Amino acid sequence: MIPASFDYRRAHDLDEATRWLGELGPEAKVLAGGHSLIPLMRLRLAQPSALVDIGRVPGLDTIRVDGDRLRIGALVRHAALARSEVVRRALPLLAEMAAEVGDQQVRARGTLGGVIAHADPAGDYPTLALMLDAEIVTTHGSHPARDFFQHLFTTPLQPDEVIREVTFPVAAGPHRYIKFRRRRCDWAIVGAAVQQSDGGWRLGLTNCGPTPMRARAAEAALAEGRTMAEAALQAAEGLTPPSDLRASSDYRRHLARVLTRRALEQAAA
Amino acid sequence: MAERVRLTINGVAREDLVEPRTLLVHYIREVAGLTGTHVGCDTSQCGACTVLVDGDAVKSCTAFAVQADGATITTIEGLARDGELHPLQQAFWDEHGLQCGYCTPGFIMASVKLLADTPEPSDDEIRIGLEGNLCRCTGYVNILKAVRTASRRMTEAGGAPTGGAAAGSAAARTAG
Amino acid sequence: MAVTQLIGARIQRREDPRLVTGHGRFTDDRSPRGCCVLQVVRSPHPHARIRSIDTARAAAHPDVLRVLTAADFRSVLHGAMPVTPSFVAEKRQVPERFPIATEEVVYQGEPVAVVVARDRAAAVDAAEWVVVDYEPLPAVVDPIAALDPAGPRAHAGAPDNVCWDVTYTGGDVAGAFADAELVVHGRIVQQRLAPTPIEGRVVVAEHDPYDERMTIWLGSQNPHFIRLFVSQALQMAETQVRVVSRDVGGGFGSKISPYPEDYLVPAAAKLVGRPVKWVETRTEAMAGTTHGRGQVFEADVAVRRDGTLLGMRLTQTLDVGAYCGTFGAFQAVAVYMAPGAYRWRGVEGRTIGVLTNRVPTDPYRGAGRPEGTHLVERMVDLVARELGMDQAEVRRRNFVTAFPFTNPFGFVYDSGNYHGSLDLALAAVDYPSLRRRQAEGRAAGRYLGIGLSTYVEICGFGPSAPTAGATGGIALVEGAQVRVFPTGSVAVYVGTHAHGQGHDTTFAQIVADTLGVPMEQVELHHGDTDEGTGFGYGTYGSRSLSVGGMAVRGASLLVREKARRLAAHLLEAAEADVLVERGRFAVRGSPASSRSFQEVALAAYGANLPSGMEQGLEAVHYFDPANFVWPFGAHVCVVEVDPDTGQVTIERYVAVDDCGTVINPMIVEGQVQGGIAQGIAQALFEEVVYDPDSGQLRTGTLLDYLVPTMSELPVPECSRQVTPSPTNELGVKGVGEAGTIAASVAVINAICDALQPLGIRHVDMPASPDRLWQQLQEVRRP
Repeated sequence: MIPASFDYRRAHDLDEATRWLGELGPEAKVLAGGHSLIPLMRLRLAQPSALVDIGRVPGLDTIRVDGDRLRIGALVRHAALARSEVVRRALPLLAEMAAEVGDQQVRARGTLGGVIAHADPAGDYPTLALMLDAEIVTTHGSHPARDFFQHLFTTPLQPDEVIREVTFPVAAGPHRYIKFRRRRCDWAIVGAAVQQSDGGWRLGLTNCGPTPMRARAAEAALAEGRTMAEAALQAAEGLTPPSDLRASSDYRRHLARVLTRRALEQAAA
Repeated sequence: MAERVRLTINGVAREDLVEPRTLLVHYIREVAGLTGTHVGCDTSQCGACTVLVDGDAVKSCTAFAVQADGATITTIEGLARDGELHPLQQAFWDEHGLQCGYCTPGFIMASVKLLADTPEPSDDEIRIGLEGNLCRCTGYVNILKAVRTASRRMTEAGGAPTGGAAAGSAAARTAG
Repeated sequence: MAVTQLIGARIQRREDPRLVTGHGRFTDDRSPRGCCVLQVVRSPHPHARIRSIDTARAAAHPDVLRVLTAADFRSVLHGAMPVTPSFVAEKRQVPERFPIATEEVVYQGEPVAVVVARDRAAAVDAAEWVVVDYEPLPAVVDPIAALDPAGPRAHAGAPDNVCWDVTYTGGDVAGAFADAELVVHGRIVQQRLAPTPIEGRVVVAEHDPYDERMTIWLGSQNPHFIRLFVSQALQMAETQVRVVSRDVGGGFGSKISPYPEDYLVPAAAKLVGRPVKWVETRTEAMAGTTHGRGQVFEADVAVRRDGTLLGMRLTQTLDVGAYCGTFGAFQAVAVYMAPGAYRWRGVEGRTIGVLTNRVPTDPYRGAGRPEGTHLVERMVDLVARELGMDQAEVRRRNFVTAFPFTNPFGFVYDSGNYHGSLDLALAAVDYPSLRRRQAEGRAAGRYLGIGLSTYVEICGFGPSAPTAGATGGIALVEGAQVRVFPTGSVAVYVGTHAHGQGHDTTFAQIVADTLGVPMEQVELHHGDTDEGTGFGYGTYGSRSLSVGGMAVRGASLLVREKARRLAAHLLEAAEADVLVERGRFAVRGSPASSRSFQEVALAAYGANLPSGMEQGLEAVHYFDPANFVWPFGAHVCVVEVDPDTGQVTIERYVAVDDCGTVINPMIVEGQVQGGIAQGIAQALFEEVVYDPDSGQLRTGTLLDYLVPTMSELPVPECSRQVTPSPTNELGVKGVGEAGTIAASVAVINAICDALQPLGIRHVDMPASPDRLWQQLQEVRRP
């Protein structure tokens, strides 16, 4: 299939992008790596009136540590995240996640900013962003991750608002992400992420609800000194994961517990 | 409104007017006339359309031609040099790494990038590198072998993407 | 036969240089000058009445040439799409199918209108503007539910949904059950699968109104049958229609039958007066290209307590889909193959073809034989389990050992050595130590499973007598023409079609050996109905080598005999004294006196011929095999199941296949590896899912229909046993489907074996983690 017709503009900087998005209205969309948007457009499930291509905007593909924050430009691609020595040192869990996004070709094109803006609860980075209290820095200001993933594909981003960068806390302690799926190139059926940070555990779950989820009851249990196996039993507390072709809601809840336990045990090992 | 696209494909500079919605793969096949790059799905799964864009393996069905403005593109037609097959092309042939041949250009282009990044990949690294490509005929067994063989020949030849093409082919042709 | 140079040699494929360089000739790679693009408007409903179709806005698009509906096509297309008897001659109702819906749509994806435009973008845009007013009707998407007399009909006004309901009985079934010491029951679901060749279907047609010629380029396993069917519908002579199928990106059975677009595109070319191209998208393929499998089996097996198999009663409920596929009833062969590799006193099989509001099913790699094999191999394992016997032991006790062997339905297995292949496979995995490791693992909470599949399959369709009736008149033989040019180069035309199987290489090996010429001198042609013999029978059912290859061999022998007679004349020797050795014709006892093949070829076009011999050196041969051929083998799959997640990991896969004489071992291995991959894919990954309530297809893309990648599939360890077929001179059988036929049940048997201690008796496909977890939850419940 071919997408419906649209106007195309290539922005030279984010001011221009924001201005154009404002002029073109809410039917215009931002194009970066295109790996969420173009397949939807090919199926004509998305028919934006215009695309503002920010792919050439300079300065958005940087990775740097700034104090205790890891700052990653919105246009940094999965492959670059996976390879980056800076990321591997400052937040190895992010590099490991990036190495398991999609496939080689997808990792060459897809961007961190694109995944965050798309706000698909099956995406991996939103889980990490939420559990580690990342900040999503945009042309209009900054959103804490806990306020950003509002619902399925829903964020507070305004039509003319563009993500500049995402900042994560530096965290190089024990960590693990287990991404459970039928085919290695697929989205997670359930993903369980664990990161030890400031002495405590942060636990995140992918594809267990309309947004990324934090397993707070299990986090609390660990903080109270319960064993990993005991705490993991509470990983599905409060979750109502979706049922779809891949898995029932019950099975996802079960996986949330099993994978959280395994991730904790493997991280600690 | 049509947009101007200037790019280089297989060493040839081109300039064309395209509709923004023109997918890169359709540009390659229909505007540039290079039909070795194929389409097998609508959703970026099959990888039959894989080409190199500025050295990266990219699914050309998931990019607009306008996004490739200024890029250097290599397609399957651009791999052989002076009538000599690229070591990967030769290895796919030698190892029976293809049956119907439809997915083959995509596999070879993804493998070119894989071996550029990882000249001596483990089997697992080959699998991970090629999981963006679907083959329905081979069960992937001989594709794995072909990439191993090409890796070995390219490493022996000093990593250059030439030479090694003739190595082993004569023997492979007759060894019963 | 004599030891030869090329037959049996691992020779690289001559198809490959063009394919590895991007110079293949796939259908979408060419467009005639002035070619337009056709887009199909399809039904979004599984079942609806068409109230009206408003084409005005689409027709007004500046780049649209015509918008066509059934009423337009009725002027150029005549009759209904064909349905062959295949394995069920006695059909009760066969809904008439026109290539485009007229008043009622009966499956999601059925063509309703087409837009012909100057370019693809315009065609797709305008197709969205065609407004169809539908009155939705109740739909039925489950074949078992479709048998409910009170339920909806797939076609409004039909008496019921039964396409056929036939029972075949072979041997003494009643006696077998009367003597049974135990009856074991099984219910096995064969999910619907999408064949999914990576190249979708493409049709290009050009009509020449002055010479009254229609040329159709498309990807087909079966170009001559397409010409036969489409020329009839267009009311054109076969001589006026040329069908060309060059490189085809995989078929797997889904490119045998004619499709609506095969008619609509040439008809549109005629109506519009311009060449027309249609390129299927993957989304269209998932909904509109035929599916395979889609069957439910119930079986009872009567046994003695010592493990002797006595009798089987089975019912196959087959989801025909909304129309009977042209060769859809072929899948009923599952009943005939249910006896498998074993001796039975009697087998009774009922097959019920059921109409549903889903795309028709038709052959998909193996077509009925994977299902028959899966059934019998599961049932044998269930027998072993109920009796507490080893799975290999039950098989050994019941194997057919003397050949030819007539199975209960009268089919004659030509040759076999079932014990031999099982012994080789079990030795390869060191079966006793594997069983020990399994026992140790269980004690430690690890669930290792060993699955066996000792299959036999029928292929090489087929002898003329049974197959003429199955196609409705055309006997499935094969024709080949061998032409030798004055310089000695050889052109071979064959009616089979290669789309990955490497016939250009293997058939050339046969010709080169037979004529004693270098392979480079032999060129193969197929896929163009303007060339070669009057009819070609296509490639499916692993028939190409054992029928087509033998036709090539036969035509080559005719050429060789003529050349030998001519050589005798030139050498002034008696015909009987002229030997053919490596391309030279020599007189027995005086090797110095000889003529090369080239010299004889040139002489064949000269004046010095024996009396009564005509000029030229070419021959046509049609090969009609005396029987089907019966490949067999033993596969062993070793899995580990994670009881916490239901995840299955294949640890090892060992295959011993016996397809008779091997022409090119490299190609045989490739066929087996690819076949196994598709069997594993069925066992663990793939399933076409329709929503049970709305009837909507839920696996409409490759995101949801899980074709496995390189990361999901094991590297099988393949080896061979060679038991030549007595059915043909070369001793060849077939191998294109063997891996798929064997593999699904090897995997499932292994999973069931792994989970036996947890109380799981049977697992259906795909054995996805969530399915296994659900089943484990059920047995864990107190």
